[in-house]
Amino acid sequence: MIRKANLTIAHNEKIAKSTFLMHLLSEESTLDIQPGQFIHIKIGQDHTHMLRRPISIADVDHSNQIIKIIFKTVGEGTGYLSKQKTGDKIDALLPCGSSYPIDKLTMKHALLIGGGIGVPPLYYLAKQLVNRGVSVTSILGFQTASQVFFEEEFQALGKVYIATNDGSYGYSGFVTDIYQAIQPSFDYYFSCGPTPMLKGVTKELEDKPGYISLEERMGCGVGACFACVLPSRDGGYKKICQHGPVFDANEVILA
Amino acid sequence: MNLAVSLPGLSLKNPIMPASGCFGFGTEYSNFYDLNQLGAIIIKAATAEARYGNATPRVAETTSGMLNAIGLQNPGVANIIDSELPRLQAYDTPIIANVAGSTIEEYEMVAKTLKNTKHVAAIELNISCPNVKEGGVQFGTDPYLASEVTKRVKAQSNVPLYVKLSPNVTNIVEIADAVAKAGADGLSMINTLTGMKIDLQTRKPILANKIGGLSGPAIKPVAIRMIYQVKQHIDIPIIGMGGITCAEDVLEFLLAGANAVAVGTANFENPFICPEIISSLPKVLEEYGFSSVEDAIGKGHIYE
Repeated sequence: MIRKANLTIAHNEKIAKSTFLMHLLSEESTLDIQPGQFIHIKIGQDHTHMLRRPISIADVDHSNQIIKIIFKTVGEGTGYLSKQKTGDKIDALLPCGSSYPIDKLTMKHALLIGGGIGVPPLYYLAKQLVNRGVSVTSILGFQTASQVFFEEEFQALGKVYIATNDGSYGYSGFVTDIYQAIQPSFDYYFSCGPTPMLKGVTKELEDKPGYISLEERMGCGVGACFACVLPSRDGGYKKICQHGPVFDANEVILA
Repeated sequence: MNLAVSLPGLSLKNPIMPASGCFGFGTEYSNFYDLNQLGAIIIKAATAEARYGNATPRVAETTSGMLNAIGLQNPGVANIIDSELPRLQAYDTPIIANVAGSTIEEYEMVAKTLKNTKHVAAIELNISCPNVKEGGVQFGTDPYLASEVTKRVKAQSNVPLYVKLSPNVTNIVEIADAVAKAGADGLSMINTLTGMKIDLQTRKPILANKIGGLSGPAIKPVAIRMIYQVKQHIDIPIIGMGGITCAEDVLEFLLAGANAVAVGTANFENPFICPEIISSLPKVLEEYGFSSVEDAIGKGHIYE
């Protein structure tokens, strides 16, 4: 059940170009937070910013009740967030949306494919998978070398391949280029990133079972306002904030 | 403190209701609090058939407000009656159905279909949606069309009719007068103001629909002004809305002439905003010298 939480910033660090890692201390248990879910953050103390910002959950330290988020500064909301200091309070709705359904899946090997700011939720997922004895291969794509983050963290959990669009670090090209080059074997794939990347990934892996996580400009974040919908293969629609952000790769039609 | 207000078809325990389009069909917010606390619920617009709505992005934040161009996405009036309204029957809270359409015939059909349910206490006639290609706001900006659609929906309906006015007009009193004379039982005002936001990086409007409806605190002074002007000339009840975020805002709307209010965009900022406003309203009314909600209605008018 989604709750409104009063979080305290325990750590805020720039980890790559325009990219911040923030630790948020929760007053309540974090045990209900699943990989793939997001938190919906209020920006500012007044009514200047009426829309919350959905930020994916990069990791949870349950014993210390700390939620870790990684975000890129792309506008006023994330810019505000990046300037907050240790001890400052954050008003967030959590946990929001669906999660990667790993408890329902039987697998030995998982393939994770992340792009840019779609990489963070895959980290919490990778840790959960490794805890369950699943071996993890990660393909992570970034625009350029200065934007690469969490390479070592992913390496601690399995084999990692990095691609940059401009070739300034790792493989030159897209995550799909790495996939074609290494042809990994896996039972399920899990992907998160910008929609053009997800389109490429789902096309490349169209006969493989997998799950994708989407991003969109959101309103309420709880399924009431119909701002973040996309068409589903059954002829209907899905709300990204409520039915997603994680979907079976064959469930939705990417625009 | 007596918060109750009585309007045609609506006995409200308090004057606070979530605004249409900002609350879905209530289910999501029932996870946050008991919907029995609300004065009423205005559900998302119903059209004759299911509509998918516009392409995304459908929302953009603006200073103290937001733009939306959802495009009346809804499952169609029959599905709303079958699937959504029964869920709201668990609550002792009147339901107001927002009725939309592309043609007068569609409005009539939706209103007529709503006669099949006992679960709707009133209709909010949406002649002011700025986000659809046909119908919507055109009925709300032409006094003749506004009058015509009001008259014909009223004839098809068995519950009181509140006509939701568009602020995108030069003379709000003229439209309000037209729908009042056509038989409206009340007014609901204001809908969103049309607006646009352009992304500096892409140099394109953020909304896929380019133009959207501006809501939130940014439009509150427009709503107050329009309600005040209409109240000076027209004698049917008003459900006021436009940027309400606190009990003080509610009092301002009451002073301007609203009999009850709807809270919209603020639900996104704070899902608990409606019950929070309801609980702080008595103190605010008392602080400004009022003994009830009814006592404050229209008290902002100085008649010389």
